[in-house]
Amino acid sequence: MPKFLMLARSDARAWEGLSAEEGQRIVQQYVDWSNRMREAGRLAGSNKLEDGDGRVLARNGSGVEVKDGPYSETKEIVGGYWLLEAADFDEAVKLAKDSPHLRFGTLEIRAVEEM
Amino acid sequence: MGPGTLRGRAAAAPDAPPASPAPAAPAAPLAAGDAGAAGPAAAGGVGELVDHLFRHSAGQMVATLTRMLGPQNLSLAEEVVQDALVRAIETWPHRGVPENPRGWLMQVARNRALDCLRRDATRARKAGELAAEPVNAPAPMAPMDPMAPMTSTRAQTSPATLLDPEGSGADDTLVMILMCCHPALAREAQVALTLKTVGGFSVDEIARAFLLRPAAVAQRLVRAKRLLRERRIAFELPARGLGARIGSALETIYLMFNEGYAATAGDDLVRSDLCGEAVRLAAILADHPATTLPEVHALLALMLFQASRLPARCDAEGALVLLADQDRRRWDRALIGRALGHLERCAAGGRATAYHLEAGIAACHAMAPSYAATDWRQILALYDDRLALAPSPVVVLNRAVALSMVQGPRAGIAALAAVADDPHLRGYYLLPATLADLWLRCGDRQTAAAHYRRALELPCSEPERRFLLRRLAACEPCS
Repeated sequence: MPKFLMLARSDARAWEGLSAEEGQRIVQQYVDWSNRMREAGRLAGSNKLEDGDGRVLARNGSGVEVKDGPYSETKEIVGGYWLLEAADFDEAVKLAKDSPHLRFGTLEIRAVEEM
Repeated sequence: MGPGTLRGRAAAAPDAPPASPAPAAPAAPLAAGDAGAAGPAAAGGVGELVDHLFRHSAGQMVATLTRMLGPQNLSLAEEVVQDALVRAIETWPHRGVPENPRGWLMQVARNRALDCLRRDATRARKAGELAAEPVNAPAPMAPMDPMAPMTSTRAQTSPATLLDPEGSGADDTLVMILMCCHPALAREAQVALTLKTVGGFSVDEIARAFLLRPAAVAQRLVRAKRLLRERRIAFELPARGLGARIGSALETIYLMFNEGYAATAGDDLVRSDLCGEAVRLAAILADHPATTLPEVHALLALMLFQASRLPARCDAEGALVLLADQDRRRWDRALIGRALGHLERCAAGGRATAYHLEAGIAACHAMAPSYAATDWRQILALYDDRLALAPSPVVVLNRAVALSMVQGPRAGIAALAAVADDPHLRGYYLLPATLADLWLRCGDRQTAAAHYRRALELPCSEPERRFLLRRLAACEPCS
């Protein structure tokens, strides 16, 4: 089945002002969604990306310039991803629409190119 | 960002290096829940967190870290615990719920505290002690297997299991309760501090429960913590005066329960959480060898009896249902069973505190097949003892109801004359509401209606208001 990469972006301060109880409710919503995807055979993988700043590499003349970034304070930083299996793009979008992540940020879906 | 709430990554530690590669131990594939809770077989569903896991873990972690760091670092303990909760929110959606969620959270909070302390040279000495402290470390966690279900356990959501105490960290939690209820603090400060640090409630939640502005609650907490710092209150079981400290804690816990139970104001959900938290705290005291006193069991029995009636207290329309009219089949028998167990244990010692007498009264109600077939003579005798112990206008009011059931409504009305002008009952809607009920039983609808109207002018909750309006309508001649 075709795979779709779902990049989760959110504001670094998305959790500000939440109580412990609300925090637990949010985790539960994510776990419930993941379980639904898994039970439907749709979940192929998921990872959180490490906090802290990444590196951006670019050729600079004869060498390679390594720059810090993107910064984790940036709005809309990619914090993690899910790899979904779906029949087509429409179905992948449909599955993603249920994700609790949309309360806190955006999801970017890209189809994994099949050889 | 208000105090007592979670913070985002950026705000968490502006100048901090990334947290120690947080949990050295990430999620075991779909682990089986919370240590000490029921096994997966009893789980209501896979991947469900035990109710109030975050709150209760937060309370226990703050207590343990406060012991390790010293009470002067209570705010630091709260901060790193909040950071740990944020990390869980960021990590668990991808990695799954770890096998030992509490251990995971504690490890992250501890690492975070170490980071903070190491940055602070003047606190370096403490860091060594903290590092040496053995932690109930979670098992190393393998990367999540996306094909396996995330499991964890969930206590069945009956009120009985909601009210269960924690299994571990009881020493720290107990010391924390006694510290938060330190007699140097005002009662309101004790309640707020206990809810915040032991209960894991946020400032907003406390504010909602007590109809206060969040800023006022935050200020109350800051003052309370400063006072504890200034007094150099040690984080230990008090060697002297433990009995008085327990007494203070019981009063705080009972106030917390009544605030939740009385339903005078505030958010429904938060209020029932207050009742649950009060029972949980009393159970921690009752279970600990240092504090398992008869009066602790008496208060716990009393609150459990009262909590058992919560499911029957409102009807389908959300109006309050009086004890006389409650469907007793809806009372929580499991809680009554627990209450009876503690009632038995509170008899040891032979001393009857107010909690003993009130628990005895609550037991009479719990055991009665109906309102009419209640042992009102026994209840009246217990109220007489209660009044002899310490006079209170609210007890006079309740005793008048029992008296009316033994000697008739006019005797009840006569008894209430003694408190008609009591300043403590001014603004207490239950006084005119009780008078109204007694006059109605005398057949005087007009006087009853006048008292119901007076009750409606006083502050009360929405379910209570609906109840009063309904009773008032029943007094009208043509209805």
